[in-house]
Amino acid sequence: MTPSTLQTLPQGIEYVRILPEIVLSAFGIVIMLLDPLVDQRRSSRMLGTIALIGSLAAIAASQYQTQCPPGTAFWDMVRVDAFSIFFHIVVTTVTAVVILTSFEYMDVQQLHAGEYYALVLFGAVGMCLMSSAVELVLIFIALEISSISTYILAGYRRRVAISSESSVKYFLLGSFATAFFLYGVALMFGATGSTSIAKIGETLNAGPVPLLAYVAIALMFVGLGFKVAAAPFHIWTPDVYEGAPAPIVGFMSTAPKAAVFAVLLRVLFEAHAPGRLWLIWVVAALSMTLGNIGALVQDNIKRLLAYSSIAHAGYLLVAFAALPSSGIPAAMFYTAAYAAMNVGCFAVISHFASAGERRVTLEDYAGLGRRSPILAATLTLFLLSLIGIPITGGFFAKFYVFSAALQADLVGLTVIGVLNSAVGAYYYLRVIVMMYMREPREETPVAPIPFGLGAALAISGFATLYLGLLPGRVLEYARSAAALLR
Amino acid sequence: MAPITTLHYLVVAAALFVLGVVGVLTRRNVVVVLMSIELILNAVNLNLVAFSRIWGLQGQIFSIFVITDAAAEAAVGLGILIAFFRNKETVNVDEVDLLKW
Amino acid sequence: MLHLSIFLFFGAICAAGAVNLLVQRHPINSALSLIAVMVSLAVEYLLLGAEFVAAVQVIIYAGAIMVLFVFVIMLLNAGVEERIEGSRVAMILGIPGMLVGSALVAWVLLERSGTSSVAVGSLPGYPKEIAGLLFHDFLLPFEVTSVLVLIAIMGAVVLASHPDSETQQKKES
Repeated sequence: MTPSTLQTLPQGIEYVRILPEIVLSAFGIVIMLLDPLVDQRRSSRMLGTIALIGSLAAIAASQYQTQCPPGTAFWDMVRVDAFSIFFHIVVTTVTAVVILTSFEYMDVQQLHAGEYYALVLFGAVGMCLMSSAVELVLIFIALEISSISTYILAGYRRRVAISSESSVKYFLLGSFATAFFLYGVALMFGATGSTSIAKIGETLNAGPVPLLAYVAIALMFVGLGFKVAAAPFHIWTPDVYEGAPAPIVGFMSTAPKAAVFAVLLRVLFEAHAPGRLWLIWVVAALSMTLGNIGALVQDNIKRLLAYSSIAHAGYLLVAFAALPSSGIPAAMFYTAAYAAMNVGCFAVISHFASAGERRVTLEDYAGLGRRSPILAATLTLFLLSLIGIPITGGFFAKFYVFSAALQADLVGLTVIGVLNSAVGAYYYLRVIVMMYMREPREETPVAPIPFGLGAALAISGFATLYLGLLPGRVLEYARSAAALLR
Repeated sequence: MAPITTLHYLVVAAALFVLGVVGVLTRRNVVVVLMSIELILNAVNLNLVAFSRIWGLQGQIFSIFVITDAAAEAAVGLGILIAFFRNKETVNVDEVDLLKW
Repeated sequence: MLHLSIFLFFGAICAAGAVNLLVQRHPINSALSLIAVMVSLAVEYLLLGAEFVAAVQVIIYAGAIMVLFVFVIMLLNAGVEERIEGSRVAMILGIPGMLVGSALVAWVLLERSGTSSVAVGSLPGYPKEIAGLLFHDFLLPFEVTSVLVLIAIMGAVVLASHPDSETQQKKES
């Protein structure tokens, strides 16, 4: 190797800029190596602990990145700034909570733990990279890492028919969506001659926007819309959420979504995507309406929350239609708040479902308030946050999104959003009423809350309340991150 | 006779894309649906290579990544299919029906 | 002239293979026509000057991936589909939608036709240049691809291994 090529090797700081990803992959590999070596009966708890340490180390690594100056690495492939660190922390924290939830779940469902924890960590690698990548090639690879690991995890209960069915559906529609996204990327490359988001932005800003770019943005939006379960690309959501393991639903309804929203923010705002407004308007209005109407008639709590997640994707997209200065921070805040409350909901569900996920209908939740007051109280907190009641994170999330929309004179969209929030309150309250006002159908005691689950509930409950009581600091951070993005 | 332009290749790619989408929407056999998705990925690759005639080599690099991803997707997809087949003894999409609306 | 006729010949094989993939009722025939599509696409890549991509297309796509497909078709013994019309909703909504979409794409492409004419073979696609980009500018995506492949291997092992083997292990231990 000649000296000149050696000098162009990546510098030390560039490795720091992908440190969380390196940490997560290293721990994933360690788990894979240890899996065949340790005793089957003890492996679950031990590998889970290693995965937990890995995710905590990744949170620490993301924190450490704030000490370093923001900048790009690996020849403009990734850019670490306040924006990417924000999403890194959301993703890695969700990963930690999901791993804590899974401790008990793996034992109760009698699943093999090794590959499970490794896949969760590797999936988190993809999601972290998505939020810091500024090059469509890397975004695509990272998107595929996160998607493929969630396809596999969705079918992890492979002796159960609905789990492998949900995996088939998720895989077919997901890879169909990826193909659309790729076709859009190819056309964008054709229209602008680059796959770097910054260069695409320059080209689109400089001259007349080629028609091809509009088609490209539309196709990319279809592909990413599938991944965040926005209507009219939401058809897979309820089926997949019903069949997939409950902790994994908590994972895939929050972390990959947060990462895809990060990609959407970068692509739509940093690349100055043309024609985005009407596209987002329609998709946001449809998602909110179809999601809430669908949720009204559900009797299975996992399906109910699936429709609710479609509706929440709609609320989040409202922020995308607003002006960048207020819309981007609002979207970031919403992502964090939604991640906290939804992952908490599914932690409760995965504990209560018990072996074989038998107890997942609304009737099963009757009288939970008396049978397990703590479980019922935490679930109530998360549901109230999903409604958007003050002192919970959901309230400020909705508040910032709708005020950002009003600042951009999107009165119609705001009215649709507020009406939908009112409709949404009905089905969340139905669950709460079920828990506290109905007689329990069976008197079997709910299993006591183990330590791991308790910690998971404590973290997500704390985050929900923190965002609801002291939203200022997070919002301020999001504002500064959004300022860097433009 | 008109010279061949990038456009010629783009038309072939668009045809493959449309045929792939039609295949995904109309066929019942999961394996054939997967093959239709591969058809779309091939259309993407042809687009990328054709555009790289205008813009430079990145397009070809991208198409190599797409091929790698197609391999990964095929391996996982067929694995999912085998797990599904063990439970249901069918490979038809419309029999993926335990889960209802 | 020769160039044009090669392009037209393999382009036609490509389109015909894709149509054949859709109308064949036995998946193995569909797989064979997909191989035809891929090989003729490799020729098109050669015409475009992308030698390396053409080689990869034949070796990985037509070779490795399609062997996997054929293997799984044989393993599952999928058999003939009874009917090929599929979902009615897809037929009613999907196909007109796709026709509109393809008309739109064709129209957009035609509008750009003026700028896209480039002489044949003006772009080198030699492995050396590819390697220069792949191991320098695109080093990070290249390395990250290893995680993707690792996940794919792990997923195939997890999903395709027989569920009973796992419970047996548990009993033995």
